[in-house]
Amino acid sequence: MKNRRPLSLRVPAPETRPGDEPDFSGVPLSGAGEVARPAIDVRPRDISELSYALIRVLDDEGRALGSWNPKLDPAVMKHGLKSMLVTRAYDDRMYRAQRQGKTSFYMKSTGEEAVSVGAAAVLERDDMCFPSYRQQGLLISRGYPLKTMMCQVYSNAEDPLKGRQLPIMYSSKEFGFFTISGNLGTQFPQAVGWAMASAYKGDDRIAASWVGEGTTAEGDFHHACNFASVYRAPVILNVVNNQWAISSYQGIAGGDEATFASRAIGYGLPGLRVDGNDFLAVYAVTQWAAERARANLGATLIEHYTFRAEGHSTSDDPNRYRPADAWKSWPLGDPIARLKKHLIAIKAWSEAEHEAAEKDAVEQVRAANKEAEAAGTLGTHPPSVKTMFEDVFKEMPWHIRRQRQEAGV
Amino acid sequence: MPAMNMIQALNSALDVMLTKDPNVLTFGEDVGFFGGVFRVTDGLQKKHGLTRCFDTPIGEAGIVAVAIGMGAYGLRPVVEIQFADYIYPAYDQLVSEAARLRYRSAGDFTAPMTVRTPYGGGIFGGQTHSQSPEALFTHVAGLKTVVPSTPYDAKGLLIAAIEDDDPVIFLEPKRIYNGPFDGYHDRPVQPWAKHPASEVPEGHYTVPLGKAAVLREGNDLTVLAYGTMVHVALASAHDAGIDAEVIDLRTLVPVDIEAIVASVEKTGRCVILHEATRTSGYGAELVALVQEHCFHHLEAPIERVAGWDTPYPHAFEWDYFPGPKRVIEAMRRAMEA
Repeated sequence: MKNRRPLSLRVPAPETRPGDEPDFSGVPLSGAGEVARPAIDVRPRDISELSYALIRVLDDEGRALGSWNPKLDPAVMKHGLKSMLVTRAYDDRMYRAQRQGKTSFYMKSTGEEAVSVGAAAVLERDDMCFPSYRQQGLLISRGYPLKTMMCQVYSNAEDPLKGRQLPIMYSSKEFGFFTISGNLGTQFPQAVGWAMASAYKGDDRIAASWVGEGTTAEGDFHHACNFASVYRAPVILNVVNNQWAISSYQGIAGGDEATFASRAIGYGLPGLRVDGNDFLAVYAVTQWAAERARANLGATLIEHYTFRAEGHSTSDDPNRYRPADAWKSWPLGDPIARLKKHLIAIKAWSEAEHEAAEKDAVEQVRAANKEAEAAGTLGTHPPSVKTMFEDVFKEMPWHIRRQRQEAGV
Repeated sequence: MPAMNMIQALNSALDVMLTKDPNVLTFGEDVGFFGGVFRVTDGLQKKHGLTRCFDTPIGEAGIVAVAIGMGAYGLRPVVEIQFADYIYPAYDQLVSEAARLRYRSAGDFTAPMTVRTPYGGGIFGGQTHSQSPEALFTHVAGLKTVVPSTPYDAKGLLIAAIEDDDPVIFLEPKRIYNGPFDGYHDRPVQPWAKHPASEVPEGHYTVPLGKAAVLREGNDLTVLAYGTMVHVALASAHDAGIDAEVIDLRTLVPVDIEAIVASVEKTGRCVILHEATRTSGYGAELVALVQEHCFHHLEAPIERVAGWDTPYPHAFEWDYFPGPKRVIEAMRRAMEA
């Protein structure tokens, strides 16, 4: 007779839920400057410990420390700071627009602005970004017009995507910003293909892509890492670990047993884990990965360790699944406050300048929104319905032409 | 002009395009050094180089996704999915991505790419090497779906597909790779060499997408078919002694409605054939189109002959395959109604 203990099924659950005090005691906190920067031609297997460390440059006093310090020109940092301020102001304004019924949907990137803005500071304008839905900071720091972004959110007559896409699913080839999909992770292996094409042509452009930690569970994540490794594609694969995939904490995606950066190890890719709220650290690891890609050494997987300050979108209330105000106690802080502190510490910035920059960001957004609203909000001044039938194919086939006639447009 | 079977004709199409356009490249599982399990890419790596014809990991979603990224860059990738039965892991990339880039970016990003895949039954491939999933693609706005039935068409259609600026699903009926199988499985296999459509020019030519071909003119009955079933239709019309007009659709989306309407208006009777399962098959769309466009010309109910609504069974290949017996019965029903 068998005498075995019955098995039990483990379903992971977060440490805290609504009503509990937030507990971030498990958050890794290696000190700023503690992790050494390897040479870009290092063998990935020789830096596997970086997948479990946390690369940080800025300490709590705003000092930039260690070999990862990119030693940026203050002008670059100020551009980054201002871009983050505009991104936050833009998010606040668009969130309110949704609450006012001016659009159907919105997603903020609050608390994780440095992930996009830091990368944008490194990448060239003709490198292609394959973003997820929370990388509006890329467009904003590349100087894409705020009004055009808003027209997309409002699906109005000036929406460059002709009202076809859910708000925030921007697209701009000119600004190196690939059309966003609502299906998670599909862009990750596409970025690898784009990068392979650049290498095939003998060009010098690289690709970068972003997914959330939740999306690493998709098969496309595997395909991206595997193809990137096999063909040594010049691509930067970013995992934005903001701890939450709608209501599911990162453990549901498999983050309790191993870091997301460590996924890289099995593919023979470098896997770097970086403090995603540290603009300088994000810049430094992206620069390392970009140099590596441009040197034909292949892809890098970067886990940006951050925290989604607010809900997934306008459609969920985070206080129903996690402790209220959890972000306030996030030990890695606010990316804007941290970069500001650094700039003030090196005497390149002041409280007064910061206050003026905040006001300027809000004013830029307000002015752009005024213009965008004048072009219409959702349903008030839509694009021509006739355009609904265009661009399915390059040439409109007979059956779609017929349907357009049937629709009477 | 050399006689080619369909494999050689497809190989020639790829060779022509790899030679003509440096932005064309081809890849897939076992496609490179070995030349593909059906030999369609045989010799192409040796001739054109490692980066233009290469092997991939076994990951259909990855293969298609990478092709989309390359298409967005400006290349014209041609990928092979080893069997159509293996295409399902790539379905999300095809449906949500390849088919929609142009639309969702308002023309800013496009995915000019061709997905070649051997499909259909008749080779004792069992349920995972015999399926005909064309309706899964014809149902998707933004994809073109092509099925050749002869070596000449295969080459011309494949070149047209590669040159097309939209994503094309190119389904290759593998039972007719080596000869025009007419459904009489107990008769000797016919090679393509005896068939006029095996005369294939060596250079560049296209067969336009969206244009059907009338393979047999007739006055009493229209048969709409594609792929292997075209040859079953021709043999059945001959053996039944019915003056049937056989139309090879060649492209399913966009379909050549003018050819369909002209024929059905002439004959007043229509039989629709496909190997794929019947329910919600592409034949249902054809029935609807004929009904919408030709209702007042119809003299009999439209007949459909299709694969049964079961998975493709290994031991019952010829009970499953819609062969001449069933096709002739349907033709007679249409004539007698």
